[in-house]
Amino acid sequence: MSFPYSKKVLEHFMHPHNVGKLENPDAMATEGSPACGDMVKLYLKVDPEAKTIQDIRFESYGCASNIATGSIITDMAKGKTLEEAKKITWKMASEELGGLPPVKVHCAVLAVDALRTAIENYEHQHGLLKEKIPTDEKMVLKRLSRVINPLTGLDVVHTKLVQKVEVHDGNVTVWVNLPEDHQFAGNIQNEIIERIQPLWDVKSVKVIFQEET
Amino acid sequence: MAVQRIYLDNAASTQTDPEVLKAMLPFFTETYAVASSQFSHTPGIEAKEALDRARETIATRLGASPEEIVFTSGGTEANNFALKGTAWAFKGKKDHLICSSVEHTSVLHTAQWLEKQGIRVTYLPVDAEGFVDLNQLESSITDHTFLVSIQHGNQEVGTVQPIEVIAEICKKKNVLFHTDAVLTFPYFDLDLKKIPVDLLTLSAHKIHGPKGVGALFIRKGTPIVKLLHGGYMENDLRAGTENIPGIVGFGKAVELANPEIAFKLRELQKQFFYKLQNSISDVEINGPKDFSRRLPGNVNVSFKYVEGESVVLHLDMKGISVITGSACFSRSLEPSYVMMAMGFSHERAHGSIRFTLSKFNTMEEIDTVVDACKEVVNTLRQISPLGKRE
Repeated sequence: MSFPYSKKVLEHFMHPHNVGKLENPDAMATEGSPACGDMVKLYLKVDPEAKTIQDIRFESYGCASNIATGSIITDMAKGKTLEEAKKITWKMASEELGGLPPVKVHCAVLAVDALRTAIENYEHQHGLLKEKIPTDEKMVLKRLSRVINPLTGLDVVHTKLVQKVEVHDGNVTVWVNLPEDHQFAGNIQNEIIERIQPLWDVKSVKVIFQEET
Repeated sequence: MAVQRIYLDNAASTQTDPEVLKAMLPFFTETYAVASSQFSHTPGIEAKEALDRARETIATRLGASPEEIVFTSGGTEANNFALKGTAWAFKGKKDHLICSSVEHTSVLHTAQWLEKQGIRVTYLPVDAEGFVDLNQLESSITDHTFLVSIQHGNQEVGTVQPIEVIAEICKKKNVLFHTDAVLTFPYFDLDLKKIPVDLLTLSAHKIHGPKGVGALFIRKGTPIVKLLHGGYMENDLRAGTENIPGIVGFGKAVELANPEIAFKLRELQKQFFYKLQNSISDVEINGPKDFSRRLPGNVNVSFKYVEGESVVLHLDMKGISVITGSACFSRSLEPSYVMMAMGFSHERAHGSIRFTLSKFNTMEEIDTVVDACKEVVNTLRQISPLGKRE
C-alpha cells in the first residue's frame, strides 16, 4: 500500500468507532470549520457521580487522519475520568494509531482539541472548575479566536469581524461586522453562541450584526 | 479478493497501448544505434529513419513541417523550453510574459523562476468556469511583452481555452503565443497552418504513449535559445541522444489516436455526469457546463458535506483510482490552485473529485464507479456534522 498511512489508521478510517450524534449530550464541542478544511464535532455523556465518560461520539467532515484520530481518541477516552481524558494528547493518539504523517498532524490535533473543549464545557456547566474566573471581554475574545471567518479562512477576532464585546452580569453581547442577511450570518451566530454559552457564569449570549460603513 | 482496478486518472497518465509497446520494443534490443550515426552504419540509418517517420507523423497531424518538431523529455521540458528559451532570445529587448493563473505547474513555476531573473509576469485571472477573459488578455499585452502562454485544455477542470482566438490576438499584437496542448492533441483539431500558434507543447504518455517523451512545436523563424547544450541533435535545438524507442512509441500513439476516441470519451463523460447527478444529491459540476468547451475525458464534481481525500481513499479500497482538489490531499495543505483561481470556496475544493477517462474505459465501469461513489459519499455523509443525511 502506497498510502502514507499505517494499517491501523486505515482500519479506523474505514470502520470508525463511536461515530454519530448523541441525543441530549451533557457537553459538546466543535473544532475547525468547513472554511478552513476539516471540522470535528464531539459529544459527551458523563456519569455525574464518578465524573467518568459514559458515552462519547464524534462526527467528522475531514480526511482519513481526522476520522481515524476521532475514532481512536473516543476509544481512549471512553470510561476514563474527565481528568484522565483531558490528558490525552495528539501524540498519544498518533502513537496509538502507529504514527501519522507529519503533514497530517494538524488534522489529528482538531479531534483532540474537540475532546478537551467538550470536557472544559462540561466543567463550566457543572461547577467543576478549580478556579472560578469571572468571564470578561478578554476571555470571550480568547474563545472567539477559535471561530473561523468563512470569508477568509482565518479567525473572526484577528480578521476584525468581531467589532466589540461587552459582558454585563453574565450577559454577553458580541457585535459582528456583517449585514444581518449575509449568507454566513447564521453560521457565525451559532458558532459564537456555541463557544460562549457553556462558560460557567454566562446567562445569555447575544450576537448583533451591524455592518460598518 | 483481487478487484479489477478501474483507472480514472488519465489526465495524470495513461496506459501505454499494447501496440505502442510492440512498436517500441525492437528499438531497445535490435535497432539501438543513435540517429547521428546515420553517416557511419546501417543501424544508425534505421534509427534515423524511425525518428524521421515519427516526426513526420506528428508534424502532419499538426499541419506543421517536420523540422518544426523538437522532441523533448516530456511536456515539462517543452514548457520550460518555450518560456525560458524565448525569455533568453528576447533578453535586453523585451521582458514581459503573460500566462493564465491555471497553467500546469511546469509553466507557472517556470514563470515564477523567470520573475526572479527580472522578467515581469502577468498571471491572468479566470472566471468561474476557468476561462481567461480575452479583453483582459488583449489589454495586458504591451510593447514589452515577448510571450503569451495559455494552455489549451486544463488538467483539473477540463476547460478548453479558445486558442484560435487567442492566437489571432497575439498575432495582431505581434507577440509570440505558446500553448500547452498535452491534453488536447491529437483529439482536437489543431491545424497549425490555420491557427497562428508559435510554440506548442505535446506529450506522449497522456495519449497512450510512453512516459519520458514529448515535443515542442516551434514555428519556423521563432526566436528561441536552446536549453540543453551538447551535440547537434534536433535541428541544433536540443542536445542529447534521441530517445528513439520513446519517440517511435509517441509516433505510434499519434497514429492510433483518432477523433472517434474523442467522440467515445464525450459520450462516457455525458453519461457519467448525468448518472452522478441523478444518483447522488448535492453534487456540483466543476468546470465548463458546455461540454463542447471541455476536455472530453474530464469529469470533475464536488460532493457537498464530505472531504475529498476520504472519498479518494474509500474509492481506492474499492479498486477505483481518482484524485481530489482537497487541501488534505496536497503536501502543502493548500486546496487546488486552479479552483482557488476560479473563485471557489475552500469547502468546494475540499469535496472535489476528478475523474479522467481514456479509450480503455467502458460504460460498465462508469456504472460501477457511480454506484461506488454513491455508497462512499453516503457513508461519509453519515458521519459528517454538515448537511443532509440520506
